[in-house]
Parts: sequence; C-alpha cells; structure tokens
Amino acid sequence: MQSLDVQNRSATTTASPQVRVAKEPVAKLIDISKCIGCKACQVACMQWNDLRDEIGTMGGVYDNPTDLTDQSWTVMRFSEVQRGQDGRLEWLIRKDGCMHCEDPGCLKACPAPGAIVKYANGIVDFVSENCIGCGYCIAGCPFNVPRISKKDNKAYKCSLCSDRVAVGQAPACVKTCPTGALLFGAKDEMVARGAKRVNDLKERGHAQAALYNPQGVGGTHVMYVLQHGDRPDLYSGLPVDPKISPWVALWKGITKPLLSIGLGLAVLGAFFHYVTRGPKEEEPGGKA
Amino acid sequence: MTNHWVDIKNADVILVMGGNAAEAHPCGFKWVTEAMEHRKAKLVVVDPRFTRSAAVSDFYAPLRAGSDIAFLGGVINYLLANNKVHMDYVKAFTNATFLIREDYEFKDGLFSGYDEAKRSYDKTTWAYQLDKEGYAMVDETMENQNCVWQLMKKHYSRYTPEMVEKTSGTPKADFLKVAEMIGSTATPDKVLTILYALGWTQHSHGSQNIRTMAMIQLLLGNMGRPGGGVNALRGHANVQGITDMCTFSANLPGYLVSPTDGDTTFEEYKTRRTPKPLRPNQMNFPQNFSKWHVSLMKAWYGDAATADNNFAYDWLPKRDGAHDLMDTVERIHQGKINGFIIQGFNPLAALPNKKKVGSALAKLKYMVVMDPLRTDTSEFWKNFGELNNVKPEEIQTEVIRLPTSCFAEDPGTFTNSGRVIQWHWAGAEPPGEAKSDREIIANIFTRLRAAYAKDGGKFPDPILKLTWAYSNPTHPSAEEILREINGRALKDVTDPKDPTKVLVQAGQQLPGFAMLRDDGSTACGNWIYCGVWSQAGNNSARRDTSDPSGVGNTLNWGFAWPANRRVLYNRANSDPKTGQPWDAKRPGIRWTGSAWAGVDIPDIAPALGPDSGAGPFIMTPEGVARLFSLGGMAEGPFPEHYEPFETPLGENPFHPGKKNVVSNPAARVFKSDMGSFGKAEEFPYAATTYRLTEHFHFWTKNIESNAIVQPAAFVEIGEELAKEKGIKNGQMVKVRSNRGEIKAAAVVTKRIKMLDCGGKKVHHVGIPIHWGFVGVARDGFLANELTPFVADANTQTPEYKAFLVNIEKA
Repeated sequence: MQSLDVQNRSATTTASPQVRVAKEPVAKLIDISKCIGCKACQVACMQWNDLRDEIGTMGGVYDNPTDLTDQSWTVMRFSEVQRGQDGRLEWLIRKDGCMHCEDPGCLKACPAPGAIVKYANGIVDFVSENCIGCGYCIAGCPFNVPRISKKDNKAYKCSLCSDRVAVGQAPACVKTCPTGALLFGAKDEMVARGAKRVNDLKERGHAQAALYNPQGVGGTHVMYVLQHGDRPDLYSGLPVDPKISPWVALWKGITKPLLSIGLGLAVLGAFFHYVTRGPKEEEPGGKA
Repeated sequence: MTNHWVDIKNADVILVMGGNAAEAHPCGFKWVTEAMEHRKAKLVVVDPRFTRSAAVSDFYAPLRAGSDIAFLGGVINYLLANNKVHMDYVKAFTNATFLIREDYEFKDGLFSGYDEAKRSYDKTTWAYQLDKEGYAMVDETMENQNCVWQLMKKHYSRYTPEMVEKTSGTPKADFLKVAEMIGSTATPDKVLTILYALGWTQHSHGSQNIRTMAMIQLLLGNMGRPGGGVNALRGHANVQGITDMCTFSANLPGYLVSPTDGDTTFEEYKTRRTPKPLRPNQMNFPQNFSKWHVSLMKAWYGDAATADNNFAYDWLPKRDGAHDLMDTVERIHQGKINGFIIQGFNPLAALPNKKKVGSALAKLKYMVVMDPLRTDTSEFWKNFGELNNVKPEEIQTEVIRLPTSCFAEDPGTFTNSGRVIQWHWAGAEPPGEAKSDREIIANIFTRLRAAYAKDGGKFPDPILKLTWAYSNPTHPSAEEILREINGRALKDVTDPKDPTKVLVQAGQQLPGFAMLRDDGSTACGNWIYCGVWSQAGNNSARRDTSDPSGVGNTLNWGFAWPANRRVLYNRANSDPKTGQPWDAKRPGIRWTGSAWAGVDIPDIAPALGPDSGAGPFIMTPEGVARLFSLGGMAEGPFPEHYEPFETPLGENPFHPGKKNVVSNPAARVFKSDMGSFGKAEEFPYAATTYRLTEHFHFWTKNIESNAIVQPAAFVEIGEELAKEKGIKNGQMVKVRSNRGEIKAAAVVTKRIKMLDCGGKKVHHVGIPIHWGFVGVARDGFLANELTPFVADANTQTPEYKAFLVNIEKA
C-alpha cells in the first residue's frame, strides 16, 4: 500500500493525501460454520510474512501456538460448547486476529507519529519502523490483538496482507483456505454474502445466526458469520459489544495537546501502564 | 472413489463415517461445504469422536470403535423395514432377485463351509442356483425364501435399533435420526454420498465395513449416480496410483490377479481368471482378461514374449502363499528374508506392534532405505532412550540410505482418489546427492542385469529379457514410462469384424483398452491406464476446466481411468427400461434411441440399449451388483458384525457365549501373535489411532511450520474417564497395551463421550500417530508401540482402529 492511500495516521495532525480516487473498502469474511480449524491459514500467514513462532508444547488444547504473538498474527481458538442438560455438543472454532476496525482503537491510542495507519480501503496497518514499543495500541484494542515483540520491542499484528491487497491479491490466509470459510472482497459484497450465509444457517436451525460487524467500533473489515449471533462470547471470548476504552478517548480529547507542548509524558506513561496491565477479565467458555 | 471429488457437490446427503474428511482431506472437503451451501445438502457424521468434520455437520452420532457393521446392518434393517428402498433400481440392477443354493446357511455366527483349523471357508455353497445353461436362476417376485432379497431380510432382521445401541453404544434416538437421514435418499430425486477412509479399512473386518455401505447405496439406488457412489478418500497424493500399478503382492498392474503356484499352466491361469457369463446378454467385461494380460507381458518382455512361450508366463513369479507386508515382517522374523529394500516407506512407524517390527529389522543382513527424509526406520538401530530403547551393539543390520528426490523435485503423475491421473512438473532440483527413484531403481536393475549376463545364474531370463528401451537406461524419463504404461500397437491392430480395416497402425500409441489384443500385437503396461498417453499426447497433462453440463465432470482435465470415465457404473443413473435418467435434473448418460451419450463416458458398450437387457455392473458376469457377494469375500457373503480382536465387551453381542465368533473367524493370526492380544480385564479401554489435519503421517514432523501448529504428541480422553483416573488436562499420561506403552500429554475433552453398550460403560482413548524420534517436532513415542498385529481378512490392512489399552498418570 502506498502512502497516497493513507487515510489516517497515528499521533499526527498533518492532513492525509486526498488526490487519489477513494479506494473501495475491503473486508475479510470468516464463516465459522464452514471452518474446520485446519490451521492452513496460520501456516500461510507465517509463510507469506516470513514468521516462525516457537515450536511449543502440548498443553491440553488444540490451540497452537496458544496465543497471538509477534510471530503468530492469527491463531485458531477452539471452544467446546455444550449448553443445557441435553444440549448437543458444538466445537466452535474461531480464527483470531486483527479485526481491522473502521474506528481503530489502536490508532487512536498510539502516541508514535505514523506508527499506525489506516488506508482508504479500511486496512489498519502497523508501520513498524515508527513504533516505539509503548504498548498503548494494546490498551486501545477492544479485541486484545497487538503483541509486543521481545526481540525488537515493537508491536505486531495482522496486516490483512496489505502488500498483497495493494496488488489485487487476496490475503494469504484467504488464498489458502480449503473450505471457503474465508472470503475476501469489497466490504458491501462481503456483508451481502454474510447475510446470505446467515439465512442458510437459520434454515438449518440456527435461529440466532448473525453477521458479526460490531458497530461499537464503526464496523470491522474482518467479519464473522456466527451460528450464535446472540452469544459471540461462546467463541473463545469474542467481545459481545466491543468499544474503544473511554480512556483512549480521553487521551485523544484532552491530554493530547499536552503532548504537543511536551509535558506530562511520564504521568501518561504510568497512567497507560495501568490501562495496559489493568484489571484482567476471565475469558468465558471452555477450551480444548 | 466410484465417483470423484468434484462430484460430491451433487449430493443431497453426505455421510462421513469411517473417516474424518475435514481432518484428513481438508482440500477435498471444499466440495462438502459447496454441496451444503449450494444444494442445501445435509452433512451427517458418525464417529467414536466428535471430529473436525462433526464440527461443521448438521448431525453427529457417536459409535464404539469397531462396531460399524452393527450400525450399518441396523441401517439396512431400517431401510427394509420402513420401505426406504429404491425398488425399481434394486430389482433391475442388483442380485436381489437371484436364487442362492439351498445348502447355503448362516448359523451361530458362521456361514456354511467353515474350517476352524484353517480359519477359512469353503465357499462352495455361497453360490447361485444355476439352470441347465449355467445361468443363475432368478425369482422376479422375490418371494422365494432362497432369493437374495429374502436371505438379506432375514440376515439383518437381527440388527434392530436396540441391538445397534447395545453393540455400538449409539443412543437409539441418534441412530434412528441418522437412519432416517440416510433413508431420505431412497427416492430417485435424492442422492447420498459416503466419504470414508482408514476408519473403515483398518479393522480385522475392514472390507466388510465398506461392503455393508455399498449394500446400503444399492438399496437406495445411489450407485452410478451423480452425487452418489461409495467413495474412498485415499490417504496420499498418489496412493491410488500405487494401488493401480501393483504394490500388492497378489496383483499385477491393473488389478490382474497374479498367478499362484496352483496355476501350473498358462491355460489354467487364464481360465480361472476369465469368468463365464452368469446371465444372458451381459457384457461380462472381465472376459477380456487374456487381452489385458498378454498386452502387459508384451510391455514387459517385448519380442521375447511369444505365443510359443505362452507370452513368457513361466517367467512370472508364482505365489506360494501370502506375501503382504504383515507376512513379510513375519518372514523376516522367522529368518526367511534377510534383505529389505524400503522405498518411500517408514515401516517401523507405520506397521503395527513396533516391538515386533524393530526386532525383525534387527535380524536382517541388510536394509536399503530410499527416502527423501531421515526416517525413524532408517535409525531403528539407534538408541533414543525410552522412545527406542535398543542396544546398537547387538544389531548387525547394515543400513544403506539412498536419498531420493521428493515429489516436487521430479515430474510424473499423481492419481487422485477420484481416479484422475494428473501430470505434475518438477518445481526444483533435488538437493545434494538425491536422485529420483527411477534413476536409483534403473541403476540397481542395470547392474543386476550385467551381473546375470556375466555370471549366468539359475534363472536369468526374467532379468535378461526384460524390455528396457529407454533413451538413457540408467535414468528413464517419467514421460517414457507413462507412454509405456499406456501402450502401443506392435503390429497393425485391425477391426475384428473387418480385418481389412486398420484401427491403429503399428508403432502408434493406443487410444484405449478396447484396442488390446491377446495375439501379441499390442503392448500395454496397465490396461486401465490405456488412453492416458494416446497419439494425441499426454492426456494426464490436460488442464481444461470447462464443464458444460455443470455436474463437474471436466472431461478434458487430466485423464480418469478407466477410459476417462468420471462416474463408474453410470448406466445405473438411468431407468432400466427407458434409458432416461432417474432424475432429469441429474444428468449422466442417456439412451438416445441408438446409443448411450451424455456428460460422461458411458460405462457400457455404446450400442447396448435398454432392450438388450445388459446390466450396468459390467465387471460382474451377471451384469448386476451383488447384495450377496458370492465367494468374493473371505468371511461371508453378507457382512456380519464381529468384534475387534481386542474387545472391551469380551463377547459378540450378536452371538453371546459363542467364543469362536467373537472376532472375525476368517482373519489370519500368526501363531506367534496369538498371545499378544490383551483382555478387557487388564486393558479396559477402547483405543483408536488417527491422523490430525496439521500433519501428514510421519513426514511433516520434519517440517517447522507443521511442528509449530501441532508441536507434540498427545492422547485424547473424555471428561468422565479423566475424572475417574484423576487425570488433568495437559498432564502426562502413560498408555499401555499388551504390546507396549507410550507417554504423552492428555487432552481432556467433551468430544469423547462414554458410551453405554447394553449396560457396559465403554471409554475411548484417542491416539494421534504423527510423532517419532526423528524430525523437528517434539520427540514422541511411535503410536504403533500399542497396536495389534492382526489385519483385515481380505486385504491384510492392520487393525489400527480398534484395540485395548489402559491409561494412568505418568
């Protein structure tokens, strides 16, 4: 993606370039009802982006690597769900990774000029050479996605393969998905496609099926088709109503001018440390 | 597969049983999701575990490992009792109406003719009643008590939903729901496909698992139809090709049964393998056996194979008994074999009872391993602590490793599960000293030939006279070999009806097996591949995706054997009397009034119209499919439920108290292995081994990416068993069978439930197989430390899927 396509940049008041004809927003649709959890997307991601995580251990779950890391920008999360006394078992498998929010909390929270950008097509990308490793993006993210590398102390996450998309290719994960659970295209088309899948699931008895495109963050450029649209939390703790932390808005609205006059950095650092490490919530749903 | 991958999209109901298509065949599984989205197909999964396939299914039902015939027999009973049968199809296209000999009998779990000492059957009584002309007698009313329909009804009347629940542990309501979904395709406008794999084959009664399903597909009228068939998902990109080309000791290429020491003359050999018609006016296609066989011998021995020397029949080895892999290990064990060439195979990891295999390899004088990878087998002599606790100083086997190129470094063909032969091109040069398998074999052969030429020997002709007309004798090209497999005319091939008419000129590549002759005028390395490299060139390299009919047959993509036909028995897609498709929306081939034509290559002679009475199952001498299989199977003409050799129930619920029919009475057990089976008292849990989608057999433990996404060995147990044993998720456990033990991390899951088999509680222990002591993934135990050394009675495929273990915290 070129700088001409940048629509928003972190920590800057410089105007974005506007001469280019606006790019059509894009989206990735993850149809959980078609996902078999094969992890081909994980391997494609590590191969395209030249990432190799540690060879881990078996800790009793299929989730491997067990969490997102600087080397694992997407992981499958497996959740065994059995509701009610005689409820039938479901194995809900969710591909986790950056949701590419229309209103990205990470970008809002980022204090490093130009370290996080949002392109006109909706992709939110980290420009790593500008990253200062403060971790504020993690605090700003309602989905707990960015990870700081121990190697270079910079934040990393899924780029939606902005390099591939820029030349008209689908993200590596979508390209490799064997079952058609991952689709990529214009956001409008993906929303329509998702609606069609939701109808199909309703016909199959999933009365609460829904498209997950949460409006609390202005919608997302990665969307899920959920069998249980009323209970996103069943899918390894997918947020029910994700919103950017009010502290981030506070930072943007009130305290940012302080930065421009070079004051209060240390105070803010401590402040955000609390937000970053802040009260932890238990993830609902069993794991395996 | 009788059908093919893309054809799955034409199904209305997809049954995944005896396999886990999503896990083991994720790429092909796209056609399942395609059918579900675009045809609103329903996916049903039956498995001891709630699998990745079950995760996206409409309905899942559990069953106990090794009890598939009880379940499927129950389905047959349900279909018959509830009239869920495509009766016009069954009457016309199966042997339901045929009369069986009156001395045929099934009693106390045994069919007539059993010889307990030999553990085998005299199959004389498993036969049709014949009329004076030698044709099978039929009763169109199907009221005769000895017709197949009545015998089948009687046989499966014992398979009630209650017996299914008691034997398989499947709750009755779940079983009935599955039976109802399967039965919904008995109407001509609905078709069911079955996708199975090793979950059905790897049992001591594996072939009969598949036959039971084939019977169900016949009763539903789903064979030969788009979206139907019985579909084996093969485990390896080219395992279908390997099977076609003759890796079984009992076959020559193209499934021509090889001679035994009983076939003392060529005439005897031919006569025994050329069936006489069992009904009038049938194609009885195997009557062409001698054309296929002689053409093969001409491909192998060229001018040296003549009518005078019976086309070199005497040069073929004659089998003196079984020579399958299990038997080979046994022979090595007994010191009867002392050299072993292993090509692309890891027997220490892949064969059952690792201890037995390892101690056999230690008795060899030499072992040659041809492989692109460092395999566990090639290091069987090294001590890897408890993973391979051997004393190298006591093992004298000389191991020679010959590094080979891998598939991506060499051109050639893959034959996929759907029988489509597809050419592939080399993507890179092999590294270091690695050579292609062809080059290695050619070098071994040319050196052997030179040694025979120099020194003579007891019987040099089969080596010295072998055709070896490659441009570089020590490195034949893949193209040359495929052309040779296809075959060519050695003399002008003429029309049998008009000898002046030349069909194929001498020297030309043959267009198809119809041109094969048994007078020595044609050469063909594998009759079913004939047509793959015709005068038009390499048809396996065709890549035309056009699909004018929309059913997905893509006749110009690659080349499907036989004859580029995409759906086998496709004549059965049409009404027997009119020749028009059962369902107009499901096109296959149709009778135009003068010929068969349509969106596939007709699986019947083009001019044999409905009036001819010729049946669609051209490979049987009666032209119809066999619900009653005559003498085709080792353990009986109707599949009967037998327990695995290690059973948690201790007896066969269908034959309580009968010790001789607990397990398959016709399965071979070596004397030395009789004592190696465990009992439920000591090993109470049902175990089953399987594969994971993140890995491929024992290869990908050498690959970093695969190791990252599934790094280490584990076993899976249900929450109930974990609680009973005090095992926590992720904790190390020890799993023991009567043959060995492994240690691995426990995955405690809701996906494996305790099953109630008539009051007996059965827990399963699931054991993925992918780890070993070489590779980049974490070291682990070979799962085959545990598995029993017994196999299917027909194919000698080992029983990896059902045995007994005990489990405790490590």
